[in-house]
Amino acid sequence: MIGKAYDRFTVDVEKGRLRAFAKAIGETNPIYLDEEAARKAGYQSIPAPPTFPFVAAMEANQPFLILADMGIDKTRSVHGEQHFTYHKPIVAGDVLVGQQRIVEMYDKKGGALTFIVTETRLENQLSEHVCDMRTVIVVRNS
Amino acid sequence: MKIPVRAADVTVGDALPPVTHGPVDRVQLALFAASSGDHNPIHLDDAVARANGLPGAIVHGMLSMAFLGQVLTGWVPQLQIRSFGTRFASMAYPGDMITCKGVVTAKEGEAGKALVKVDLRAENQKGETLLAGNAEILLS
Repeated sequence: MIGKAYDRFTVDVEKGRLRAFAKAIGETNPIYLDEEAARKAGYQSIPAPPTFPFVAAMEANQPFLILADMGIDKTRSVHGEQHFTYHKPIVAGDVLVGQQRIVEMYDKKGGALTFIVTETRLENQLSEHVCDMRTVIVVRNS
Repeated sequence: MKIPVRAADVTVGDALPPVTHGPVDRVQLALFAASSGDHNPIHLDDAVARANGLPGAIVHGMLSMAFLGQVLTGWVPQLQIRSFGTRFASMAYPGDMITCKGVVTAKEGEAGKALVKVDLRAENQKGETLLAGNAEILLS
């Protein structure tokens, strides 16, 4: 499984979705809610907050794809770690293209826990590299 | 207008302005579920959460991480954040107050352009660590 790359996925970054997400996380900075404020701050449209790239992966069902692929019941898994590396802003209207790979797998506690590490590269509609995500999924085996 | 944070003004050990959210309520969890695409019922339905060995519905880890990110976006423009990550250390529950803190641990580079490393932590009202993270910020 290590090294396995999943099919590329495409996600539209919708303005309404970004506003709804910003409100849900209690964001009050107007650049995340108002187009005019975003433009004044130098963005082409409302920017995606720092954790939003994971929403794109969720939208494309990426974390569950891996569990299903390995025959793991999702109720035995938890999100252990999440890391983002940022290259370019993601804004409303972007179309993200991502690809997830399994980069590492290891057991801990004598095999009671399996750690699955994935990396997802995200590009925008201009093929610009916007973000890399690293996700650690922890699976309880007992 | 907020005064921009400059590399020259930042010293190792500096605390970033903290961010507190809460008490986190069920409406917020529902709104987060809808807008994040994480519809897992363990965040919305106590019965399902209990059937999965939890004491009740739990707060989405990615909601707590979004709160933690506001320590960074409240300090510098988001464009200056190079990386941001966290470990999910323990679970938060509806009713919890979640306080997010950051402290500068390193500053690399010359005076005009520095990469600043920050340790981040989210804790509940009992002072228990929910998230243990870090970030890298570019300052000019």
